[in-house]
Amino acid sequence: MLSCRHVSVRYGDFAAVDDLSFRLEEGQWLMLAGPNGAGKSTLIEAIARGVPYTGSIEWSGQDILSLKPAQFAQRIGVLSQRNTVGYAYTVEEVVGLGRYAYKAGFLSGRDDDGKVRVERALELTGLTALRHASMLTLSGGETQRAFLAQVFAQNPQVLILDEPANHLDLKYQQHIFSLIQQWLKEPGRAVLSVVHDLSLARRYGTHAVLMHHGKSVSQGRIGDVLTRDHLRQVYEMDVYAWMREMLSQWS
Amino acid sequence: MKDARILKRERFTPLTYALLAAALLLTMILCVCMGSVRIAFSDTVTAIWNAVWGLPVPQSVAKNIILNVRLPRVLCVTLSGAALSLCGAAMQGLLRNPLADGSTMGVSSGAALGAVTAMATGFTLPGSSYGGIMVTAMVFAFGSLVLILSLAYALDRSLATSSIILIGVIFTMFITSIISLIITFASDHTRSLNFWTLGSFSGVNYDQAKLLCLALAVCGGVLLRFSPELNAFAIGEDNARHIGVNVRRVKLIILITVSVLIGVCVSISGTVSFVGLVMPHIARMLVGANHRRLLPASLFSGAIFLLLADLTARTLLSPIELSIGVVTSLVGAVAFVLIFYRTRKGR
Repeated sequence: MLSCRHVSVRYGDFAAVDDLSFRLEEGQWLMLAGPNGAGKSTLIEAIARGVPYTGSIEWSGQDILSLKPAQFAQRIGVLSQRNTVGYAYTVEEVVGLGRYAYKAGFLSGRDDDGKVRVERALELTGLTALRHASMLTLSGGETQRAFLAQVFAQNPQVLILDEPANHLDLKYQQHIFSLIQQWLKEPGRAVLSVVHDLSLARRYGTHAVLMHHGKSVSQGRIGDVLTRDHLRQVYEMDVYAWMREMLSQWS
Repeated sequence: MKDARILKRERFTPLTYALLAAALLLTMILCVCMGSVRIAFSDTVTAIWNAVWGLPVPQSVAKNIILNVRLPRVLCVTLSGAALSLCGAAMQGLLRNPLADGSTMGVSSGAALGAVTAMATGFTLPGSSYGGIMVTAMVFAFGSLVLILSLAYALDRSLATSSIILIGVIFTMFITSIISLIITFASDHTRSLNFWTLGSFSGVNYDQAKLLCLALAVCGGVLLRFSPELNAFAIGEDNARHIGVNVRRVKLIILITVSVLIGVCVSISGTVSFVGLVMPHIARMLVGANHRRLLPASLFSGAIFLLLADLTARTLLSPIELSIGVVTSLVGAVAFVLIFYRTRKGR
């Protein structure tokens, strides 16, 4: 579905993403993992056409830069890490904007199933009761859920999520990750996400790209990528031992 | 139990439009009636009605004052107030910046410099004595907007509110100095510095009202068409890109549209501050943040506010006429502080 070939993002002499290649196929939930500054969010921004890059990023063989903005949004939905709203929009108004790509342009037709998709997205994210609430009054987690609902309403084929668990308490982390897993079961869909919590990555991911200093250290099936040796190489610590120590607090 | 966060705001119904339109019409007639010479309400309505339908106006009615002095002025004030408020609402949405407005961002000053330069150099367009001034004002307004946003972007890539306003204020001071210099050397050809910095609708005519009407119809239509995109920008430029907005194209169209509208307004009445800054905030309190409702509400409220400001400027110290900017700045500054304080406290 989505393939990146020799993608680099440079800021002057510094390469935030350095000659990185990978493919995202239907049914996969590919986790981008790695320490802070590894270039995960920059790579997501490049795929979302937010920063200039070299190399090629293709959607089913077509350069993503050749897609019109609305065509791109109908195929790829992006949830950013930081979402804030400056004015008192209602939750429903923000979620409803997810349908923009189906209504854009003077000659566009009616968005017949838009209303149903918005309702469904509100329901899935547990925001139906808050649909008329001002976005300014929501907690960080509720705001994140509202923007996730917007991406669901957008109904793309690929979800790109930058830290989807950001601001979410444990209950909603589980809820949202299960929702995304459910969403992924429909044919023709895939998910690419940045996740700092390696336990979440292992629990929900099918594949992974482990990044360090902008490069891919390892990629493939999640179990083959998040190995003790690979993680020690990029995190410079014994991640397995640390995880076990954390878990032992609960026994 | 009902969540306290649910907005109580009612929908902006056709009845709301009708009420706002009625309030605007009433204010317009009131502004024609009142002045150094008071004219009866019925005489005013009769004179305007008969003039519109080509009927003779009775001798007893002060036809000259109503039709040749006050009506063109009231029309220009109404259209300018609507246009400036609309531009303010669009800029505040596009830049996601509650302090954005033609005057705070230096766009109005840029337009004034364009108009003064055209007057001083005698630049005209073939077939239109006023066209040269208006076009130069529009071009300078757009150039100023691009320059200010570029400088703010170079300073701070996130285009933070504080950076834009800081550069806008410094730019305005710089441009005012240049306007002052041009007026000093070409005083015979231009209007006073007072006119360009505080604005005035004294001596406006029907031709200028027609130009304003045309500009507002075209530019206002474009801005209303882009309401969904303005909503997307007001939520965040990255989010707008993610949902499929052609960010660069839409931004350029809106900036050009706003520049044209501000350029036309400034070339006719000089710089009138605070209308575009304050009235969208009041409209937002009434109808919410959605630009589908906000833009029409800003249009009506801006027109009514500027009409009342002009009436005050004409009548408060009659026969002395104040610059309209004195009234809008006095009222607008206080109102803005109150609104901003309330909005921040209400978060």
